[in-house]
Amino acid sequence: MQTNFPSQLPQDGIRTLLLAMADDELVLGHRDSEWTGYAPILEEDIAFSNIAQDEIGHSLVWFTLLTPLTGLTPDQMAFERSYEEFTCCRFVTHPKGDFAYTTVRQYLFDEAERVRLTALSGSSYGPLKEAAAKILREEAYHLMHSKGLVERLGDATEESHRRMQAAVDLAFPQALGMFEPIDGEAELQKTGVFPGNVTLEHEWLNNVVSVLRGASLKLPIQQMNGKLKPQCKPELGGRKKSHTAHLQQLVDDVQLVYRMAPGGKW
Amino acid sequence: MVIRGKQNPEALAIWEELGKIVDPEIPVLSLVELKVIRDVRLNDSGVTIVFAPTFVGCPAVAMMMEEIRTRIGALGYETVNIETTFSPPWSTDLLDDSAKEKLRSIGIAPPPKGSENLAAALAKPVSCPFCRSENTQRENSFGPTLCRQIYYCNACRQSFERFKPL
Repeated sequence: MQTNFPSQLPQDGIRTLLLAMADDELVLGHRDSEWTGYAPILEEDIAFSNIAQDEIGHSLVWFTLLTPLTGLTPDQMAFERSYEEFTCCRFVTHPKGDFAYTTVRQYLFDEAERVRLTALSGSSYGPLKEAAAKILREEAYHLMHSKGLVERLGDATEESHRRMQAAVDLAFPQALGMFEPIDGEAELQKTGVFPGNVTLEHEWLNNVVSVLRGASLKLPIQQMNGKLKPQCKPELGGRKKSHTAHLQQLVDDVQLVYRMAPGGKW
Repeated sequence: MVIRGKQNPEALAIWEELGKIVDPEIPVLSLVELKVIRDVRLNDSGVTIVFAPTFVGCPAVAMMMEEIRTRIGALGYETVNIETTFSPPWSTDLLDDSAKEKLRSIGIAPPPKGSENLAAALAKPVSCPFCRSENTQRENSFGPTLCRQIYYCNACRQSFERFKPL
Protein backbone atom coordinates (compact mmCIF):
# COMPACT_ATOMS: atom_id res chain seq x y z
CA MET A 1 0.00 0.00 0.00
CA GLN A 2 2.60 2.53 1.09
CA THR A 3 5.02 3.36 -1.71
CA ASN A 4 8.02 4.53 0.33
CA PHE A 5 7.86 1.77 2.94
CA PRO A 6 11.35 0.51 3.87
CA SER A 7 11.68 -2.66 1.76
CA GLN A 8 13.78 -4.54 4.31
CA LEU A 9 11.01 -4.41 6.95
CA PRO A 10 8.00 -6.77 7.16
CA GLN A 11 4.97 -4.64 6.31
CA ASP A 12 2.38 -7.30 7.21
CA GLY A 13 3.94 -7.88 10.62
CA ILE A 14 4.10 -4.16 11.36
CA ARG A 15 0.44 -3.80 10.41
CA THR A 16 -0.49 -6.64 12.76
CA LEU A 17 1.55 -5.19 15.62
CA LEU A 18 0.15 -1.67 15.23
CA LEU A 19 -3.41 -2.96 15.02
CA ALA A 20 -3.05 -5.02 18.20
CA MET A 21 -1.74 -1.97 20.08
CA ALA A 22 -4.37 0.38 18.63
CA ASP A 23 -7.23 -1.96 19.53
CA ASP A 24 -5.91 -2.54 23.07
CA GLU A 25 -5.78 1.23 23.69
CA LEU A 26 -9.15 1.96 22.11
CA VAL A 27 -10.99 -0.75 24.04
CA LEU A 28 -9.34 -0.15 27.42
CA GLY A 29 -9.88 3.59 26.98
CA HIS A 30 -13.60 2.98 26.58
CA ARG A 31 -13.73 0.61 29.56
CA ASP A 32 -11.95 3.22 31.71
CA SER A 33 -14.38 5.90 30.55
CA GLU A 34 -17.19 3.86 32.08
CA TRP A 35 -16.05 5.25 35.46
CA THR A 36 -16.81 8.84 34.45
CA GLY A 37 -19.50 9.89 36.91
CA TYR A 38 -19.36 6.56 38.78
CA ALA A 39 -15.94 6.22 40.46
CA PRO A 40 -15.95 5.75 44.24
CA ILE A 41 -14.42 9.19 44.85
CA LEU A 42 -14.24 12.34 42.73
CA GLU A 43 -10.43 12.22 42.46
CA GLU A 44 -10.58 8.78 40.86
CA ASP A 45 -13.41 9.87 38.61
CA ILE A 46 -11.13 12.61 37.27
CA ALA A 47 -8.11 10.29 37.08
CA PHE A 48 -9.85 7.51 35.15
CA SER A 49 -11.56 9.98 32.83
CA ASN A 50 -8.12 11.44 32.02
CA ILE A 51 -6.54 8.02 31.57
CA ALA A 52 -9.41 7.02 29.27
CA GLN A 53 -8.90 10.10 27.12
CA ASP A 54 -5.14 9.47 26.95
CA GLU A 55 -5.59 5.82 25.93
CA ILE A 56 -8.05 6.70 23.19
CA GLY A 57 -5.63 9.42 22.02
CA HIS A 58 -2.86 6.83 21.89
CA SER A 59 -5.06 4.53 19.81
CA LEU A 60 -5.44 7.45 17.39
CA VAL A 61 -1.65 7.63 17.02
CA TRP A 62 -1.42 3.91 16.16
CA PHE A 63 -4.42 4.10 13.80
CA THR A 64 -2.82 7.10 12.08
CA LEU A 65 0.37 5.10 11.52
CA LEU A 66 -1.81 2.34 10.06
CA THR A 67 -3.49 4.60 7.50
CA PRO A 68 -0.70 4.39 4.88
CA LEU A 69 -0.57 0.61 5.38
CA THR A 70 -4.31 -0.06 5.12
CA GLY A 71 -5.76 2.87 3.20
CA LEU A 72 -8.30 3.35 6.01
CA THR A 73 -8.73 6.43 8.19
CA PRO A 74 -8.63 6.16 11.99
CA ASP A 75 -12.41 6.74 12.14
CA GLN A 76 -13.02 3.93 9.65
CA MET A 77 -10.81 1.62 11.72
CA ALA A 78 -12.52 2.50 15.00
CA PHE A 79 -16.12 2.82 13.87
CA GLU A 80 -16.64 0.71 10.75
CA ARG A 81 -15.06 -2.60 11.70
CA SER A 82 -17.08 -5.43 13.19
CA TYR A 83 -15.98 -6.56 16.66
CA GLU A 84 -14.89 -9.81 14.98
CA GLU A 85 -12.12 -7.88 13.23
CA PHE A 86 -10.62 -6.44 16.43
CA THR A 87 -7.28 -7.86 17.59
CA CYS A 88 -7.18 -6.52 21.13
CA CYS A 89 -6.36 -9.01 23.87
CA ARG A 90 -9.44 -10.27 25.73
CA PHE A 91 -8.05 -8.75 28.95
CA VAL A 92 -9.06 -5.22 27.97
CA THR A 93 -12.55 -6.26 26.85
CA HIS A 94 -13.85 -7.37 30.25
CA PRO A 95 -16.42 -5.12 31.96
CA LYS A 96 -15.04 -2.60 34.43
CA GLY A 97 -16.18 -4.69 37.42
CA ASP A 98 -15.29 -3.76 40.97
CA PHE A 99 -13.08 -0.65 41.32
CA ALA A 100 -10.40 -2.99 42.69
CA TYR A 101 -10.51 -4.94 39.41
CA THR A 102 -10.19 -1.74 37.35
CA THR A 103 -7.23 -0.66 39.49
CA VAL A 104 -5.42 -3.99 39.14
CA ARG A 105 -6.17 -4.24 35.42
CA GLN A 106 -4.88 -0.71 34.80
CA TYR A 107 -1.71 -1.43 36.77
CA LEU A 108 -1.01 -4.71 34.92
CA PHE A 109 -1.68 -2.96 31.61
CA ASP A 110 0.47 0.09 32.45
CA GLU A 111 3.46 -2.10 33.39
CA ALA A 112 3.06 -3.91 30.05
CA GLU A 113 2.85 -0.58 28.23
CA ARG A 114 6.05 0.56 29.86
CA VAL A 115 8.07 -2.50 28.82
CA ARG A 116 6.56 -2.54 25.33
CA LEU A 117 6.97 1.18 24.62
CA THR A 118 10.46 1.24 26.09
CA ALA A 119 11.45 -1.58 23.74
CA LEU A 120 9.72 0.05 20.76
CA SER A 121 11.57 3.34 21.43
CA GLY A 122 14.50 1.45 19.90
CA SER A 123 12.54 -0.05 16.99
CA SER A 124 14.07 -0.22 13.51
CA TYR A 125 10.81 1.19 12.06
CA GLY A 126 11.18 4.97 12.40
CA PRO A 127 7.52 6.09 12.76
CA LEU A 128 6.93 3.42 15.42
CA LYS A 129 10.07 4.35 17.30
CA GLU A 130 9.19 8.06 17.43
CA ALA A 131 5.56 7.54 18.43
CA ALA A 132 6.53 5.03 21.13
CA ALA A 133 9.00 7.47 22.68
CA LYS A 134 6.32 10.19 22.71
CA ILE A 135 3.60 8.00 24.24
CA LEU A 136 5.98 6.56 26.84
CA ARG A 137 6.37 10.03 28.38
CA GLU A 138 2.61 10.41 28.80
CA GLU A 139 2.14 6.88 30.09
CA ALA A 140 4.47 7.55 33.02
CA TYR A 141 1.56 9.34 34.73
CA HIS A 142 -0.71 6.31 34.37
CA LEU A 143 1.78 3.89 35.86
CA MET A 144 2.57 6.21 38.77
CA HIS A 145 -1.13 6.41 39.54
CA SER A 146 -2.15 2.75 39.16
CA LYS A 147 0.96 1.47 40.92
CA GLY A 148 0.35 3.89 43.80
CA LEU A 149 -3.22 2.62 44.18
CA VAL A 150 -2.10 -1.04 44.17
CA GLU A 151 0.58 -0.33 46.76
CA ARG A 152 -1.83 1.48 49.05
CA LEU A 153 -4.90 -0.72 48.67
CA GLY A 154 -3.11 -4.09 48.68
CA ASP A 155 -2.59 -4.10 52.43
CA ALA A 156 -4.53 -1.10 53.75
CA THR A 157 -7.47 -2.79 55.46
CA GLU A 158 -8.82 -6.31 55.60
CA GLU A 159 -11.53 -5.41 53.12
CA SER A 160 -9.24 -3.63 50.68
CA HIS A 161 -6.82 -6.57 50.80
CA ARG A 162 -9.60 -9.07 50.19
CA ARG A 163 -11.01 -7.14 47.23
CA MET A 164 -7.60 -6.47 45.69
CA GLN A 165 -6.60 -10.15 46.03
CA ALA A 166 -9.87 -11.22 44.37
CA ALA A 167 -9.13 -8.73 41.58
CA VAL A 168 -5.60 -10.10 41.12
CA ASP A 169 -6.92 -13.69 41.01
CA LEU A 170 -9.33 -12.71 38.26
CA ALA A 171 -7.11 -10.32 36.30
CA PHE A 172 -3.75 -12.11 36.26
CA PRO A 173 -4.62 -15.04 33.92
CA GLN A 174 -6.43 -12.56 31.65
CA ALA A 175 -3.44 -10.20 31.67
CA LEU A 176 -1.15 -12.92 30.33
CA GLY A 177 -3.21 -12.64 27.13
CA MET A 178 -1.52 -9.27 26.46
CA PHE A 179 1.51 -11.30 25.40
CA GLU A 180 -0.29 -13.77 23.13
CA PRO A 181 1.98 -14.20 20.08
CA ILE A 182 0.99 -12.29 16.95
CA ASP A 183 1.34 -13.36 13.33
CA GLY A 184 4.71 -12.45 11.84
CA GLU A 185 6.40 -12.05 15.20
CA ALA A 186 9.56 -13.94 14.17
CA GLU A 187 10.06 -11.60 11.22
CA LEU A 188 9.51 -8.54 13.43
CA GLN A 189 12.15 -9.81 15.84
CA LYS A 190 14.64 -10.65 13.12
CA THR A 191 14.38 -7.17 11.59
CA GLY A 192 14.62 -5.34 14.91
CA VAL A 193 11.10 -3.88 14.77
CA PHE A 194 9.88 -5.58 17.95
CA PRO A 195 11.68 -7.72 20.54
CA GLY A 196 8.84 -10.27 20.76
CA ASN A 197 6.19 -11.05 23.35
CA VAL A 198 8.20 -13.70 25.20
CA THR A 199 10.90 -11.17 26.08
CA LEU A 200 8.37 -8.52 27.07
CA GLU A 201 6.32 -10.90 29.20
CA HIS A 202 9.41 -11.99 31.12
CA GLU A 203 10.37 -8.40 31.90
CA TRP A 204 6.78 -7.50 32.81
CA LEU A 205 6.51 -10.48 35.19
CA ASN A 206 9.61 -9.44 37.10
CA ASN A 207 8.20 -5.93 37.68
CA VAL A 208 4.68 -7.05 38.48
CA VAL A 209 5.69 -9.79 40.91
CA SER A 210 7.86 -7.47 42.95
CA VAL A 211 5.21 -4.72 43.20
CA LEU A 212 2.34 -7.09 44.04
CA ARG A 213 4.39 -8.97 46.62
CA GLY A 214 5.31 -5.63 48.19
CA ALA A 215 1.58 -4.95 48.49
CA SER A 216 0.97 -8.37 50.17
CA LEU A 217 -0.84 -9.68 47.10
CA LYS A 218 -0.26 -13.26 45.96
CA LEU A 219 0.20 -14.46 42.40
CA PRO A 220 0.03 -18.00 40.97
CA ILE A 221 3.70 -18.07 40.07
CA GLN A 222 6.72 -20.33 40.52
CA GLN A 223 10.43 -19.87 40.17
CA MET A 224 11.84 -22.43 37.69
CA ASN A 225 15.51 -22.45 36.65
CA GLY A 226 15.84 -18.84 37.74
CA LYS A 227 12.79 -17.78 35.70
CA LEU A 228 9.32 -16.85 36.93
CA LYS A 229 6.61 -19.11 35.50
CA PRO A 230 2.86 -18.44 35.81
CA GLN A 231 0.95 -21.44 37.19
CA CYS A 232 -2.38 -20.66 35.58
CA LYS A 233 -4.04 -20.87 32.20
CA PRO A 234 -3.69 -17.59 30.28
CA GLU A 235 -6.82 -16.23 28.60
CA LEU A 236 -5.85 -16.15 24.92
CA GLY A 237 -7.74 -15.70 21.67
CA GLY A 238 -8.01 -11.93 21.31
CA ARG A 239 -5.04 -11.56 18.95
CA LYS A 240 -6.65 -14.23 16.72
CA LYS A 241 -9.93 -12.30 16.68
CA SER A 242 -11.69 -14.79 18.94
CA HIS A 243 -13.79 -12.60 21.24
CA THR A 244 -16.67 -12.80 23.67
CA ALA A 245 -19.96 -10.97 24.04
CA HIS A 246 -18.13 -8.38 26.19
CA LEU A 247 -16.34 -6.91 23.19
CA GLN A 248 -19.45 -7.15 21.04
CA GLN A 249 -21.40 -5.08 23.60
CA LEU A 250 -18.62 -2.48 23.88
CA VAL A 251 -18.19 -2.08 20.12
CA ASP A 252 -21.97 -1.79 19.69
CA ASP A 253 -21.98 1.05 22.22
CA VAL A 254 -18.95 2.81 20.77
CA GLN A 255 -20.24 2.65 17.17
CA LEU A 256 -23.90 3.41 17.86
CA VAL A 257 -23.90 7.11 16.97
CA TYR A 258 -21.48 6.74 14.07
CA ARG A 259 -23.67 4.06 12.50
CA MET A 260 -26.76 6.25 12.82
CA ALA A 261 -25.15 8.91 10.65
CA PRO A 262 -22.21 7.46 8.67
CA GLY A 263 -19.86 10.19 7.51
CA GLY A 264 -21.69 12.76 9.66
CA LYS A 265 -19.82 15.95 10.58
CA TRP A 266 -20.12 17.32 14.08
CA MET B 1 12.19 25.62 -4.31
CA VAL B 2 11.48 25.27 -0.60
CA ILE B 3 11.50 28.41 1.52
CA ARG B 4 11.97 28.01 5.26
CA GLY B 5 12.65 30.13 8.29
CA LYS B 6 11.43 33.59 9.21
CA GLN B 7 13.78 35.70 7.06
CA ASN B 8 11.48 35.39 4.07
CA PRO B 9 8.56 37.89 4.20
CA GLU B 10 6.00 35.34 3.04
CA ALA B 11 7.06 32.82 5.70
CA LEU B 12 7.23 35.59 8.29
CA ALA B 13 3.60 36.51 7.59
CA ILE B 14 2.60 32.89 8.25
CA TRP B 15 4.56 32.81 11.52
CA GLU B 16 2.87 36.05 12.56
CA GLU B 17 -0.57 34.61 11.82
CA LEU B 18 0.28 31.44 13.79
CA GLY B 19 1.29 33.73 16.64
CA LYS B 20 -2.30 35.00 16.77
CA ILE B 21 -3.90 31.55 17.08
CA VAL B 22 -4.33 30.54 20.71
CA ASP B 23 -4.67 27.22 22.48
CA PRO B 24 -8.43 27.02 23.16
CA GLU B 25 -7.78 25.57 26.63
CA ILE B 26 -5.02 28.08 27.51
CA PRO B 27 -6.14 31.23 25.69
CA VAL B 28 -3.19 33.32 26.92
CA LEU B 29 -0.69 31.26 24.89
CA SER B 30 -0.38 31.29 21.11
CA LEU B 31 0.65 28.21 19.17
CA VAL B 32 4.08 29.79 18.69
CA GLU B 33 4.46 30.44 22.44
CA LEU B 34 3.24 26.93 23.17
CA LYS B 35 6.10 25.72 20.92
CA VAL B 36 3.90 23.37 18.91
CA ILE B 37 4.98 24.91 15.59
CA ARG B 38 8.30 23.40 14.53
CA ASP B 39 8.64 24.69 10.99
CA VAL B 40 6.91 26.49 8.14
CA ARG B 41 7.82 25.35 4.62
CA LEU B 42 6.69 27.02 1.43
CA ASN B 43 6.90 25.56 -2.04
CA ASP B 44 5.05 25.72 -5.34
CA SER B 45 2.25 23.43 -4.17
CA GLY B 46 1.44 25.35 -0.97
CA VAL B 47 2.48 25.62 2.62
CA THR B 48 3.41 22.90 5.11
CA ILE B 49 3.24 23.55 8.84
CA VAL B 50 5.21 21.11 10.98
CA PHE B 51 3.25 20.57 14.18
CA ALA B 52 4.41 18.89 17.42
CA PRO B 53 1.37 17.89 19.52
CA THR B 54 1.36 18.41 23.29
CA PHE B 55 -0.63 15.52 24.84
CA VAL B 56 -1.68 13.40 21.88
CA GLY B 57 -5.15 12.68 23.27
CA CYS B 58 -5.88 16.37 23.86
CA PRO B 59 -9.02 17.44 21.98
CA ALA B 60 -7.57 20.95 21.68
CA VAL B 61 -4.95 19.55 19.27
CA ALA B 62 -7.63 18.83 16.66
CA MET B 63 -9.08 22.33 17.17
CA MET B 64 -5.64 23.92 16.77
CA MET B 65 -5.11 22.07 13.47
CA GLU B 66 -8.52 23.14 12.21
CA GLU B 67 -7.75 26.74 13.13
CA ILE B 68 -4.36 26.58 11.35
CA ARG B 69 -6.03 25.33 8.15
CA THR B 70 -8.67 28.06 8.24
CA ARG B 71 -6.45 31.01 9.20
CA ILE B 72 -3.49 30.19 6.98
CA GLY B 73 -5.85 29.26 4.15
CA ALA B 74 -7.37 32.74 4.51
CA LEU B 75 -3.94 34.23 3.75
CA GLY B 76 -4.42 32.89 0.25
CA TYR B 77 -2.97 29.38 0.34
CA GLU B 78 -5.06 26.79 -1.40
CA THR B 79 -3.25 23.87 0.23
CA VAL B 80 -2.29 23.96 3.89
CA ASN B 81 -0.58 20.72 4.90
CA ILE B 82 -0.02 19.92 8.54
CA GLU B 83 2.74 17.45 9.21
CA THR B 84 2.73 15.95 12.71
CA THR B 85 6.08 15.26 14.31
CA PHE B 86 7.01 13.40 17.50
CA SER B 87 10.71 13.85 17.02
CA PRO B 88 11.88 15.25 19.30
CA PRO B 89 8.67 14.93 21.37
CA TRP B 90 6.99 18.10 22.61
CA SER B 91 8.04 18.89 26.16
CA THR B 92 7.13 21.47 28.78
CA ASP B 93 10.86 22.27 28.93
CA LEU B 94 10.34 24.15 25.65
CA LEU B 95 8.17 26.82 27.33
CA ASP B 96 10.09 30.03 28.00
CA ASP B 97 9.83 32.33 31.02
CA SER B 98 7.32 34.70 29.46
CA ALA B 99 4.98 31.81 28.58
CA LYS B 100 5.27 30.54 32.15
CA GLU B 101 4.44 34.00 33.50
CA LYS B 102 1.32 34.06 31.30
CA LEU B 103 0.24 30.69 32.71
CA ARG B 104 0.62 32.06 36.23
CA SER B 105 -1.48 35.10 35.27
CA ILE B 106 -4.50 32.84 34.68
CA GLY B 107 -3.98 30.85 37.88
CA ILE B 108 -2.03 27.90 36.45
CA ALA B 109 1.28 27.05 38.14
CA PRO B 110 3.87 26.58 35.37
CA PRO B 111 5.72 23.27 34.91
CA PRO B 112 9.22 22.90 36.41
CA LYS B 113 12.29 22.39 34.21
CA GLY B 114 13.73 18.91 33.80
CA SER B 115 10.70 16.86 32.76
CA GLU B 116 13.08 14.21 31.37
CA ASN B 117 13.39 12.94 34.94
CA LEU B 118 9.70 13.01 35.76
CA ALA B 119 9.93 11.72 39.33
CA ALA B 120 12.48 14.44 40.21
CA ALA B 121 10.43 17.13 38.46
CA LEU B 122 7.30 16.11 40.37
CA ALA B 123 9.19 16.11 43.67
CA LYS B 124 10.11 19.80 43.33
CA PRO B 125 8.11 22.28 45.43
CA VAL B 126 5.22 23.93 43.59
CA SER B 127 4.63 27.61 44.13
CA CYS B 128 1.03 28.84 44.37
CA PRO B 129 0.20 31.06 41.36
CA PHE B 130 -1.84 33.35 43.61
CA CYS B 131 0.28 33.95 46.74
CA ARG B 132 3.59 32.33 45.68
CA SER B 133 3.78 30.21 48.82
CA GLU B 134 5.46 26.84 48.43
CA ASN B 135 3.33 25.40 51.22
CA THR B 136 1.23 23.49 48.70
CA GLN B 137 0.17 19.90 48.17
CA ARG B 138 -0.88 17.77 45.22
CA GLU B 139 -4.51 16.74 45.41
CA ASN B 140 -4.64 14.84 42.12
CA SER B 141 -2.05 13.85 39.52
CA PHE B 142 -4.75 14.48 36.93
CA GLY B 143 -7.05 17.42 36.36
CA PRO B 144 -9.71 19.12 34.28
CA THR B 145 -7.65 18.74 31.09
CA LEU B 146 -4.94 16.26 30.12
CA CYS B 147 -2.15 18.79 30.67
CA ARG B 148 -3.07 19.82 34.22
CA GLN B 149 -3.08 18.47 37.75
CA ILE B 150 -4.79 19.77 40.88
CA TYR B 151 -3.02 21.34 43.87
CA TYR B 152 -4.06 23.05 47.08
CA CYS B 153 -2.31 25.98 48.72
CA ASN B 154 -2.19 25.69 52.51
CA ALA B 155 -1.17 29.35 52.87
CA CYS B 156 -3.97 31.11 50.97
CA ARG B 157 -6.33 28.11 51.15
CA GLN B 158 -7.05 28.10 47.49
CA SER B 159 -7.00 25.18 45.12
CA PHE B 160 -5.19 25.73 41.83
CA GLU B 161 -4.10 23.91 38.69
CA ARG B 162 -0.55 23.12 37.68
CA PHE B 163 0.68 22.41 34.14
CA LYS B 164 1.96 18.81 34.20
CA PRO B 165 5.66 18.46 33.48
CA LEU B 166 5.98 16.40 30.27
